[in-house]
Amino acid sequence: MTEIFGRFDFDVIARWVVPGERVLDLGCGDGALLAFLNKERGIHGYGVDKDPKNLLAAIGNGVNVLQFDLEEGLKGFENDAFDHVIMSLSLQAVHHTERMLREMLRVGREAVVSFPNFGHRSHREAISRGIMPVSESLPYQWYNSPNVRFFTIADFETLCADHDIVIHEGLFFDEGRRVEEDPNLNADVALYRLGRLGKY
Amino acid sequence: MKPFHPAPGSVGVVKPQKARFTTPLSLKSGAVLPAFELVFETYGELNASGSNAVLVCHALAGNHHVAGLSADAPQQAGWWDNLVGPGKPLDTNQFFVVGVNNLGGCYGSTGPVSINPETGKPYGADFPLLTVDDWVAAQARLADHLGIDCWAAVIGGSLGGMQALEWTLQFPDRIRHALVIASAPQLSAQNIAFNEVARQAILSDPDFHSGHYYEHGTVPARGLRLARMIGHITYLSNDQMGEKFGRQLKHGARSFSYGADFEIESYLRYQGDKFATSFDANTYLLTTRALDYFDPAHAYGGDLQAALARAKADFFVASFSTDWRFSPGRSREIVYALLHNRRNVSYAEIDCASGHDSFLLDNPHYHAAIAAYLERIEL
Repeated sequence: MTEIFGRFDFDVIARWVVPGERVLDLGCGDGALLAFLNKERGIHGYGVDKDPKNLLAAIGNGVNVLQFDLEEGLKGFENDAFDHVIMSLSLQAVHHTERMLREMLRVGREAVVSFPNFGHRSHREAISRGIMPVSESLPYQWYNSPNVRFFTIADFETLCADHDIVIHEGLFFDEGRRVEEDPNLNADVALYRLGRLGKY
Repeated sequence: MKPFHPAPGSVGVVKPQKARFTTPLSLKSGAVLPAFELVFETYGELNASGSNAVLVCHALAGNHHVAGLSADAPQQAGWWDNLVGPGKPLDTNQFFVVGVNNLGGCYGSTGPVSINPETGKPYGADFPLLTVDDWVAAQARLADHLGIDCWAAVIGGSLGGMQALEWTLQFPDRIRHALVIASAPQLSAQNIAFNEVARQAILSDPDFHSGHYYEHGTVPARGLRLARMIGHITYLSNDQMGEKFGRQLKHGARSFSYGADFEIESYLRYQGDKFATSFDANTYLLTTRALDYFDPAHAYGGDLQAALARAKADFFVASFSTDWRFSPGRSREIVYALLHNRRNVSYAEIDCASGHDSFLLDNPHYHAAIAAYLERIEL
């Protein structure tokens, strides 16, 4: 789903990643992020995507890609196998959000997640007009959306606090531009670097 | 004679070749083959640097005739002709492709049917038991013979996939990519059980004569037929069998006898009969045993991760959703062990209704994934 996001998050993620790192990209799509990190950071990466079209595109982009279903979890992956486990704009499409985050932080030292902010001004306006929001960051109709969890930046930070997930860094964007002030209202996308408190 | 025209994308008419190896080959069993021959076919051209060679390994009943039409039997296309040819996923315009009949085979390579130089009679049951390691060691001799230092890729399905995996362990510096399809890191107890029933069918056939049936002028056809029927049940998925045959009656009514009333019975009998006239029982026995014994993790206390630590190749692993013989879970075991060892690996889990046999079919997603993977191999 990286296509609706452009590439501005790639640069941020590349800055968070140290050359030579082991990276796992969950819901890797066509593998563009991994290809970018390969080129910029010389990482050793793997993507996971269950969609056959994405598998072909990712193979074509020269990255390692595994056709696994994320709903089945990451149980085959070893503890601490990766430096960063990334989930770019896919967390909202996973049913078991909390379990997924826990698993990402078991398999990886840090997790990087981005998601559309349901609390964005335009979404609130839509709701106040009595309709479900459709926007650049939430481009689907309610009846055909692959998204299954709708949450705001405030909701997400509460989840982290309640589950011993440490927020190392959070960056917020509106149509690709950085947002500093009241991100829960002004940002359409949030990007976090997360860690765990103690052991998995 | 009417001229025939190979279909577009076919490598055309192919003549099998033979290579003789006179340096003794020490086998895993402890036996030594003083000399042996391998029959093989090649498609495409080996490039000047020798960097474009791909070995295709066959499964239980396969052979060296992978693609194109056989010069001896013009109507018989190779068993992987849908994959291998000009413009096909394994593109013979790019790659020099080698198909070989494994040692112990019955299509021209040295095997139980061959004459034992010590006795002047066919080896029969005296032919030594072989392992996947032995096959790969023999294939390496063929690579030497063809001037191939390092395969661009070794590809195989089922038992062929095991050979591709074994290549990465026995000759880590002589293979750049392994394509391991519908395979497993070792057989399950259930897999061995099916093999054992198939073997017992042959061993208990009165025409088997303890493996020396050639001298008796007999063929244990009943045993081979049963073995093949059992095998075919495991190659198909329940759904596909239901869809293809269901409970259809061959002649529209029950005969109240043990004749082939149901279409599925007729199908199994046909497959069994065909196999019994074309395959050698001793080769069948030793091949199923090689399957049983294959277990790279065995020497590492069952630790597959440790066993795969030697591998240096990049991997493409594929499985099929309805394959219950070598289920996707078995392929994932390989993938996770490769991840542990930080190998480059891509894994495709193909949605396909046709069970284990899917690897021989031209499912578009499957073939597209192989094509995409092979395309990125540097030549």
